[in-house]
Amino acid sequence: MTFAQLLFGVFPYVAIILAVVGTFWRYWSDKFSYSSLSSQFLETKQLFWGSVPWHYGILVVLTGHLVAFLFPRSILGWNGVPIRLYILEGLALIFGILAVVGLALLIVRRLNNPRLWKVTSTMDVVLLLVLLAQVIAGVWTAIFYRWGSSWFAAFATPYLWSILKFQPDIALVSNMPWMVQTHIVGGFVLLALLPFTRLVHLLSFPYEYMWRPPQVVIWYRRSRLGGS
Amino acid sequence: MNVRAQVSMMFHLDKCIGCHTCSLACKNIWTDREGTEYMWWNNVETKPGTGYPTRWEDQDKYRGGWQKNGNGSVHLRATDKLRGFTNIFHQPYLPTIDDYYEPWTYRYGDLFDAPAGDDQPTARAISLITGAPIDIEAGPIWDDDMGGSNIYAANDPDFSELTEPEKQAFFEMERMVFFYLPRICNHCLNPGCVAACPSGALYKRGEDGIVLVNQNVCRAWRYCVSACPYKKVYYNWKSGKSEKCILCYPSLESGQAPACFHSCVGRIRYLGVVLYDADLIEETAAAPDDELVQRQREMILDPFDPAVIAQAKKDGVHHSVIESAQKSPVYRFVKEWQLALPLHPEFRTLPMLFYIPPLLPVLARMEDGDTYNVDATDYFGSLDKARIPIKYMANLFTGGNESHLVETFEKLLTVRMFKRSGEVGDVSLEKVEEMMTATGLTAEACEEIYRLTSLPTFDERFVIPPMHREYATELMGDPYTFKAETGFGFRGKPVRGL
Repeated sequence: MTFAQLLFGVFPYVAIILAVVGTFWRYWSDKFSYSSLSSQFLETKQLFWGSVPWHYGILVVLTGHLVAFLFPRSILGWNGVPIRLYILEGLALIFGILAVVGLALLIVRRLNNPRLWKVTSTMDVVLLLVLLAQVIAGVWTAIFYRWGSSWFAAFATPYLWSILKFQPDIALVSNMPWMVQTHIVGGFVLLALLPFTRLVHLLSFPYEYMWRPPQVVIWYRRSRLGGS
Repeated sequence: MNVRAQVSMMFHLDKCIGCHTCSLACKNIWTDREGTEYMWWNNVETKPGTGYPTRWEDQDKYRGGWQKNGNGSVHLRATDKLRGFTNIFHQPYLPTIDDYYEPWTYRYGDLFDAPAGDDQPTARAISLITGAPIDIEAGPIWDDDMGGSNIYAANDPDFSELTEPEKQAFFEMERMVFFYLPRICNHCLNPGCVAACPSGALYKRGEDGIVLVNQNVCRAWRYCVSACPYKKVYYNWKSGKSEKCILCYPSLESGQAPACFHSCVGRIRYLGVVLYDADLIEETAAAPDDELVQRQREMILDPFDPAVIAQAKKDGVHHSVIESAQKSPVYRFVKEWQLALPLHPEFRTLPMLFYIPPLLPVLARMEDGDTYNVDATDYFGSLDKARIPIKYMANLFTGGNESHLVETFEKLLTVRMFKRSGEVGDVSLEKVEEMMTATGLTAEACEEIYRLTSLPTFDERFVIPPMHREYATELMGDPYTFKAETGFGFRGKPVRGL
């Protein structure tokens, strides 16, 4: 087995298994540990300039990846007109840079504040480093290997589908520039890290709040009888 | 009508001596852990004063509680369905630990290990967060007994509607007067913390109304801290979970009083069930400011009324809880005698901890230049010359409605004069009867208020309803599931997440 096969043919499955099994394990064995572990209570001013651009930046960019994965033809169709391609790529780059800047500020904030070091675990450090490498590789790819939104649909989408279909077609990615390859592997590393870091807060997005009545009352007697 | 039971509380402020025993009893049991050192689920503030966290009553800064809409409903100041998501990455109104204080201890070892020298060794203060030496800049009772009052008490938000001369008159050193305000979670009927939690981790227990945080559901979105106008939900920076007063429910469930109640030296605290109409929550919370106190009283139902009892049974209130409500001292003080008032009703959370405002500091005034005295010629008249302006008290306890406070103080004075006429005999009966007619109190009521205020037994102060944990779902399971576990329902150790 070549190194490329290991990286692009085997590791994705290891990452997926770790993510799925790890998430179930952590959720069932230790619900208490599910938390966004916010540090705003210890430091709030710098957090604003880091957390807000980081989160909005990464959310938009991740949504872009998801759309290109699910609807590659729509993306290619949209990109058919150059001006539309420039708008898409320009916006994606802006949000990508927002994410990089935000994350860098968050790292600087954590390094400079002794209070925050008290609530920084080893896994937090690992996660921050991987995330930083990943977003830098992403922005690098966007700048130097144009136009990513188009070739993503032609190469990355079929590659990702080939993994989901259990027929990994590593030829699609094994000849990519090393920075792009780093970004692909980095994505799977983050997937594998998900259940073992504070990233689990992604999985507890409180969507129920949208339709829940404001007050929550819990009855221990009525619930046994199936009432409200 | 939708009848629910609420374990409710009453603090008699004339009896509070500000000893902080309640705070320490609570701290030793619940918040003596890393991440919770700064939390005081029970704290005692000197009023006038800025309190803990500093200026917590200033909702222009903290944005706690509810605001009225035009259409007879209310909305949270700090968050809503949309901002619950858009502000999730950074909350503009979240207090930080510096609004409370940085917890510290002392390096006591230095006292023993210091090398011999000309100076006495000192134990340096070190932060309980970082472990590094710090200069202490604030504490949980920093302006206790009006220490540094020209700096701290002058910033009391309740002075907002007083004129500058009125404020200045207050701080003349020789004429200073103050009282204590012990605070715990109000276990509100319309809790802001519960409504603000995106995860649904906070909830009100149906059977007794205690507000709790489910530690396994909390995800540290922190909206509860912002939304509680009393700042009685605390963020544990170590575990990444919010925590709050649990009214010592494990004690209540075994028929014992909560720690702060049990340990109260001045015996100022009363606890008992009241029945209330849950259908009225929203419209009561949206009432005009000066009607809030009266409307909240109207929500509380008469536990002797057959119609209320019938509806309560229909709504699943256990008959033993109804019986307990009939003996509740809180019901008598709040509803029957209308003596106890909620703290800052204008926050519109419908707090269920009531206070009898302190009469003594209000009446205190200088005579002969050096002694405090009470005006003995016209008892009610002395209220006009109150040492602590009624306006200040109204900002605290009635949402600005001064007439409620005057009524309360007049009743307290009537009881006092009723007893004085009997015990000392220097007040004429006609005078007392005149006062009773004016306040609507009978001789029997005066005697009962006196007895329940001054001579109550332990069991008269704390009428704890049967909590009926035998109905609890978790006890229907296999008891061996919980064998060898620690704490209340925790599996494994509550350590910070990865």
